[in-house]
Amino acid sequence: MPLEAWGDALIDGLIALLMALVNLLPDTLAAPFEYRFMQRALLTSILVGAICGMLSCYVVLKRWSLLGDAISHAVLPGVAIAYLLGWPFFVGAFLTGALTSLGIGAIERHTRIKSDAAMGLMFTGAFALGIVIISKIATSTHLLHILFGNVLGVQQSALMLTLVAGIIALLCVWLAYRPLLLYAFDPQQAQALGFNTGMIHYGLILLLTLTIVASLETVGIILVVAMLITPGATAHLLTDRFPVMMAISVTVGVVSAVVGLWLSVALDVASGGTIVLVATGLFFLTLVAAPRHGLVVRQLRRL
Amino acid sequence: MSAVYNSRCPAIEARGLYAAYQDQPVLSDVSLSLPQGKWTAIIGPNGAGKSTLFNLLIGNLAPLRGELRVFNESAAIHRRAGHIAYMAQRENMEWDFPISVRETVMTGRYGLMRNDPLWRRLLPQRWSNPAHAEAVAAALEAVDMTSYARRPIGALSGGQKKRVLLARALAQQANILLLDEPLAGVDSPSEALILDVLDRERKSGRTIVMVTHDLPSTRRYADQVLLINRVVVGAGSPAAMLSDAMLARLASGQTPLPDTEGIHYAA
Repeated sequence: MPLEAWGDALIDGLIALLMALVNLLPDTLAAPFEYRFMQRALLTSILVGAICGMLSCYVVLKRWSLLGDAISHAVLPGVAIAYLLGWPFFVGAFLTGALTSLGIGAIERHTRIKSDAAMGLMFTGAFALGIVIISKIATSTHLLHILFGNVLGVQQSALMLTLVAGIIALLCVWLAYRPLLLYAFDPQQAQALGFNTGMIHYGLILLLTLTIVASLETVGIILVVAMLITPGATAHLLTDRFPVMMAISVTVGVVSAVVGLWLSVALDVASGGTIVLVATGLFFLTLVAAPRHGLVVRQLRRL
Repeated sequence: MSAVYNSRCPAIEARGLYAAYQDQPVLSDVSLSLPQGKWTAIIGPNGAGKSTLFNLLIGNLAPLRGELRVFNESAAIHRRAGHIAYMAQRENMEWDFPISVRETVMTGRYGLMRNDPLWRRLLPQRWSNPAHAEAVAAALEAVDMTSYARRPIGALSGGQKKRVLLARALAQQANILLLDEPLAGVDSPSEALILDVLDRERKSGRTIVMVTHDLPSTRRYADQVLLINRVVVGAGSPAAMLSDAMLARLASGQTPLPDTEGIHYAA
């Protein structure tokens, strides 16, 4: 199929580009990336870091952290069901993730249950369903890989999925930049200007779901939430301009992914966890040292 | 102004409007007609449904029954055409948002940007249609906030924030300005400035609809006053509507609620 060949060529090109950069590094740093699986892991991590960083701005500004958590957990039964039916896992993951977020919206809107309870209730239920199905059909290694990621074992098909998700997310954010910005900043105003806020709302949720599904194999569904919150929160401390925030957030996402991946190999520890720890470290560093909203400056200002 | 309408047709017209929030009736059988190019003040106690009327106009809420027309057409058409500018009453807005004063005012132009060619819409702000930047600059100048244009929105005082929100509504250059308590929580220099700006807008032919609790400024500026307390208590000149008798009637809600049998107040 020519489409697949194109995708493979694109991935090969991107990896070649990355390796050209990696080879500029000292040998000790570049050494692990001689292996093909490490190259794939590097590209996947960078893509995931970038997409999550981008979406993270909306998650942080719209106070959607818990929603991100909910969708990521709700993806689990979809993976399990897809495995049962022999579908590609991302189809199932996307379906249950999207269905759960719709269910949360419906409960919020039509009952007296508040949104945090609606989210907690729906995602734990979905997650439990996933655990039960998986306990019947697969080994616990599979479950661990889904929960915590397995970036070193990323296959070409998963890398392709991440790449496609990244392109879709980038296009959506670019084409709908102003509606999304206005919706995040002031949804009432968006409504008054005749924007279809319902479509923007669910579009953003679907984008979030797509991002989570694409990150599944890298950091896993438990830790993807960190990548959807930490880069945006870090960037929010550093700037008062939205486009700058997005640039910083993507940078934080990519840097944590790359540094985390390298450290995890060097120290022989879990990659997903290391990536998230690097991001968290960057956040605390920023929290202390940020030029305007940092703790040090705040203390100094009080003196 | 982006369109010319038959001056006979009212800017906003409602017939038999009913609205509710979560099963709680807020507006009952509201009929009104707000003329073009006039300043209408809407006055009523808290919870009387004043903001609800605006929410219906900006499409945040659908009426249960009745009709709401803008320039004799559906309000949605004129929202999309950018003919309705809305300044909300904001205590709970996200002021931490990373956005500058200028870009906040620019968001008032986002609806109009739909008419720009696609290539302009896909490029960053500096390559967008210069008309947008000009309108934003003029609006900032009108509310005397030009020197604050690059500040983050969260760094402003309460009165300055109100002026920026007014500038955003002005930048839209809409036929109708809907203002929800633009004078609430504003110091007196800002208040004088806001009233002065609105007076100029009215004189240039715009329709101003303003929810307010401030009676002195209403007496001085408004062409028409609408008294609302879930129902329309009265509509007429400021002198007639702001009489002690009318205000007492408004506060006591003496007008009986009309028969609501057969109306389903479902959310």
